[in-house]
Amino acid sequence: MTLEYDNTLPRYTRLSGLEPLVITPELLFVNVGERTNVTGSAQFKKLIKEGRFEEAVDVARQQVANGAQIIDVNMDEGLIDSEAAMVRFLNLIASEPDIARIPVMVDSSKWSVIEAGLQCLQGKGVVNSISMKEGIEIFKEQARKVLRYGAAVVVMAFDEVGQADTCARKVEICTRAYRILVDEVGFPPEDIIFDPNIFAIATGIEEHNNYAVDFIEATRIIKQTLPHCHVSGGVSNVSFSFRGNETVRQAIHAVFLYHAIRAGMDMGIVNAGALLIVDDLDPELRERVEDVVLNRRSDATERLLEVADRYKARKGEVAAESQAWRELPVRERLKHALVHGIDQYIDGDTEEVRQQSTRPLDVIEGPLMDGMNVVGDLFGAGKMFLPQVVKSARVMKKAVAYLLPFIEEEKLRSGDVGKSNGKIIMATVKGDVHDIGKNIVGVVLRCNNFDVVDLGVMVPTQKILDTAREENADMIGLSGLITPSLEEMSHVAKEMQRQGLAIPLLIGGATTSRAHTALKIEPHYKAPTVWVKDASRAVGVAQSLISKDLVAEFMARIRHEYAEIRERHKDRGPGKKLVSLAHARAQAFNGGWDSYVPPAPLRPGISVFNDYPLAELVDYIDWTPFFSTWELAGNYPQILDDEIVGAQARELYRDARAMLDKIVNEKWISARGVIGLWPAASVGDDVEVQAGSGKPTLLRFLRQQADKPVERPDFCLADFIAPKASGVADWIGGFAVTAGIGIEPHLERFEREHDDYASILLKALADRLAEAFAECMHRRVRREFWGYAPDEGLANDDLIAEKYRGIRPAPGYPACPEHSEKGTLFDLLSAEENAGIELTDSFAMYPAAAVSGWYFSHPQSQYFVVGRVSKEQVEDYARRKGWTLEVAERWLAPLLDYDPE
Amino acid sequence: MNLLPWLNPARAEALHAALAQRILIIDGAMGTMIQSYKLDEAGYRGERFSQGYDGRHQHVHDHAHHVCDLKGNNDLLLLTQPEIIRAVHTQYLQAGADLLETNTFNATSISQADYHLEHVVYELNREGARLARECCDAIEAETPHKPRFVIGVLGPTSRTASISPDVNDPGYRNVSFDELRATYREATRGLIDGGADVIMVETIFDTLNAKAALFAVEEVFDARGARLPVMISGTITDRSGRTLSGQTAEAFFYSMRHSRPLSIGLNCALGAKDLRPHVETLATLADCYVSTHPNAGLPNAFGEYDETPEEMAATIREFAQAGFLNLVGGCCGTSPAHIKAIAEAVAGIVPRRPVVYPVQTAA
Repeated sequence: MTLEYDNTLPRYTRLSGLEPLVITPELLFVNVGERTNVTGSAQFKKLIKEGRFEEAVDVARQQVANGAQIIDVNMDEGLIDSEAAMVRFLNLIASEPDIARIPVMVDSSKWSVIEAGLQCLQGKGVVNSISMKEGIEIFKEQARKVLRYGAAVVVMAFDEVGQADTCARKVEICTRAYRILVDEVGFPPEDIIFDPNIFAIATGIEEHNNYAVDFIEATRIIKQTLPHCHVSGGVSNVSFSFRGNETVRQAIHAVFLYHAIRAGMDMGIVNAGALLIVDDLDPELRERVEDVVLNRRSDATERLLEVADRYKARKGEVAAESQAWRELPVRERLKHALVHGIDQYIDGDTEEVRQQSTRPLDVIEGPLMDGMNVVGDLFGAGKMFLPQVVKSARVMKKAVAYLLPFIEEEKLRSGDVGKSNGKIIMATVKGDVHDIGKNIVGVVLRCNNFDVVDLGVMVPTQKILDTAREENADMIGLSGLITPSLEEMSHVAKEMQRQGLAIPLLIGGATTSRAHTALKIEPHYKAPTVWVKDASRAVGVAQSLISKDLVAEFMARIRHEYAEIRERHKDRGPGKKLVSLAHARAQAFNGGWDSYVPPAPLRPGISVFNDYPLAELVDYIDWTPFFSTWELAGNYPQILDDEIVGAQARELYRDARAMLDKIVNEKWISARGVIGLWPAASVGDDVEVQAGSGKPTLLRFLRQQADKPVERPDFCLADFIAPKASGVADWIGGFAVTAGIGIEPHLERFEREHDDYASILLKALADRLAEAFAECMHRRVRREFWGYAPDEGLANDDLIAEKYRGIRPAPGYPACPEHSEKGTLFDLLSAEENAGIELTDSFAMYPAAAVSGWYFSHPQSQYFVVGRVSKEQVEDYARRKGWTLEVAERWLAPLLDYDPE
Repeated sequence: MNLLPWLNPARAEALHAALAQRILIIDGAMGTMIQSYKLDEAGYRGERFSQGYDGRHQHVHDHAHHVCDLKGNNDLLLLTQPEIIRAVHTQYLQAGADLLETNTFNATSISQADYHLEHVVYELNREGARLARECCDAIEAETPHKPRFVIGVLGPTSRTASISPDVNDPGYRNVSFDELRATYREATRGLIDGGADVIMVETIFDTLNAKAALFAVEEVFDARGARLPVMISGTITDRSGRTLSGQTAEAFFYSMRHSRPLSIGLNCALGAKDLRPHVETLATLADCYVSTHPNAGLPNAFGEYDETPEEMAATIREFAQAGFLNLVGGCCGTSPAHIKAIAEAVAGIVPRRPVVYPVQTAA
């Protein structure tokens, strides 16, 4: 595949439930779950007939869990009101996110049922099916409707003459239907799925012998001549004459699918949980089944019948035979269990191998890895399907889980305990579910004393970045198997850069490569970005990156390698338009200092609030963000009466108020805060603060450099303080408040009780109380301590009606985005001592339920976004802060308007 | 491709030509602007509805039964206070908007049922489009080189077709596809008759509602034998990154793509900053134009939107520079000042090129 640098994307089929399903060639074969079909499942039919819809929904859930990528729903049964049942069932599964995430195939022979079903799907589903059976006009009309409802379509190879049986007829009908759909109806070709009819073979009737070959050959021609379309079919039909003999039927399905998929069949209605692997078939059975499926000899049916009874008759023995692998040597047994996804004996077998091994890690690196390699090979060769791979992964996970305590124990023995080499965040990127490789890398790294935070699969970019920051991680490891994951990794790298991360990024997974990493990922991220070939290299790479002695040389080598790869691919985006710093300063906000007299604080200096009454804060709580923390959308209090989330919102609110009462009455946590109001004067973009009698403290602010018309200022917070040269006396304030003192014992208690709900509730409430505290203090500052707005309304409603005067921007937020200034604020306030709030190395506050910032009183002071800054301003800022340019660029990384050297 | 011809070919072509050249500006919030007039109940009722019901409506059998407060029915101002709507439209045009959204967000029978005014739905839509078109024509007369367009707005209604309002019965629905389809047909007819240049299905909480709207729009096009360009704009309701009905932005796009829209985009619920990853998703995938009209930030402690024009414009400018945008405007909390700042911020930035999904020809 060549990577194009233009705006074209491949024309894949793109379906959706709650989440997208893009049918790329890598998927190989799309499993359509067949168990929610009353014509195919007696159990499901019974549930529907008896109105047991809840249990019917469970059938759907199992299908999805077993790896169905689309769910087929069919209610065609004489004794059922098919339309009503279709609507009821689809509405019910729409409310189950774990089912509704995949697309639905609405399956009926009655158009009215299909249309009723389509009216229930918000996603892009599939209609199964339409055909030219009743003529071209009805076919076109139905196709137009399908298109108008926004669905893909299965087209049966059926016309006015009848159902296509030979290869020639199948190709003829499908070609005709394709041309009508694409040329006359305007149907997207990728949304056409042909079902060229799978008929029963080995029926004893000679004309039937070639049916499988006809299907396979027709599939080959259809896929070659009708671009973008898909071929599907109901596989179980093919073995219909062997009903009652499951062993032979499954063998026929396996052989048939193996050949049909090679010919281009890429979708099928199958029982996702019950697929066999063709290489596992008894060689004699396989040969005879292949003779039948491929119609290789005239006596093929007789020869299969000869042996078929053997497989059928020995039902008890078959069970016994299937246990034969238990007699193999234990290492072989582990491999077998992995390839076949059998987790029944995994603990015992893993233990046995462990006892034979020098180190527990050897079990993973030896037989388990061997087994997984076989799985990978079979999958790559199209002999194994995704659900089976998922089952294998489950076995692997169980084996690894069993071994982990022993690995930990060995770490203790070898005395490595507590000496973490470093912390790594591992994640399979958004849109990808493959985590076997990532889990193995995780285990291997843990064994080598790395602290691994595994975020699992389908992890959104922001979660990876946020976790890395929260965990203060030393590196991030991204994994993925499917090709779209490559693009996603590139996206993660760009976001890491944009959001100012500077820790190494490790790239791994089957489709990743050194070239891709060099071309598409590494250029977007300035910190070390390294492709890791496989699990065995992970430790070496991670250790090199973490080691102060090794990293420079290691990265020099890697970067040289990547630069060579990139040599021919150099291209850079155009620069952006910012005004010069001088220009921006000339366009500063004018505070009108010749006529405006800033208010002097009534109570200058530091005021400390120990153990602030929580009850006083409760009324200041803004509940709307509280609900959004719990992903309930809507504004408080309307949300409590919301048609959709109202009930949940009320219940949550009840629980929250109950806990809040306890927090307040039983004093679970305490609130502490400190404010300060000091004389201040601006000098350019700095503000000089005279907190004591000694040397003034300098606050460093940043200025907007946007190209604006003259009447609109390029703001800097310093503009809201009177310039020193004006001689006008002015003041600035600062505050730091928390409502999280003493929260830990309660969180620990909830953790012991495994009560996540209470734990999250408490954290969310503490956050709200801290915000309420900040709001309450700001108001008291305006009314009492600074006192420039003594008449400001008392009731909360008055506050809502009128915007108050003054702002309280926080370091790290858009108006003053550089975090290290929080250190200056905390020094001025002695916040650690006065309010019990500590700053982490990255200037995050602990307890987390804390808020801090500056107070400005100027009537026109306002919040703004500094936005991008030029190198000129960064150099200027570095000079003012006494930093090197490099340090400044690191702190200002998200704001840089240029690529630092 | 067997698409219907344009209903108004000159305007459709002018719109396409403008989109190929630059990022176009959609107007900002109507509700916020109306609030500033501080209308009381009598103000909302105007003369025609001074009794609390429609004085011109002949088919009401029991007037007393239908008396109800009309305050807050912003769409009704089209009939009772057209000068206010005209003034707001004109302010947005003067601020630099290329496209005006009609004041018809709640002009569906489902939403108007709250006021017992189902019978004015067609009229509201027709008047909404007519009035906006009038404002555009007036300013076009001054600046003939710059065409202005009317977006006929189809809002989400107050009900959801794929979510149960009853927690005890997840299979229950209080509105059907066909009910939505019927009211959207009526609204679309009104918008077209009033002179809308484009139809936009917007603030989509539930994709199934939007599917019904698009279905209805196409039925009306069929009946007229001609079509208008269609814009689609979904709503990511919170930071979970999903619509209210649970879809990701990518899944949402795939569900809407069959209608071959002029544009796909996102509006409302979040500020521009929080919308970025989702707008990026659409920009990466969409084979049509991409729009966004976010709120002025998230609501503050008082439920107000307080992102300043400069703040919002700075964020939007970055979107444009990142190549995400073809159309941009504002939703809740935005004002003409926001739209002016946004228009200035994106001026001269090259618009995004839609993605192409090439069709192979047979081997």
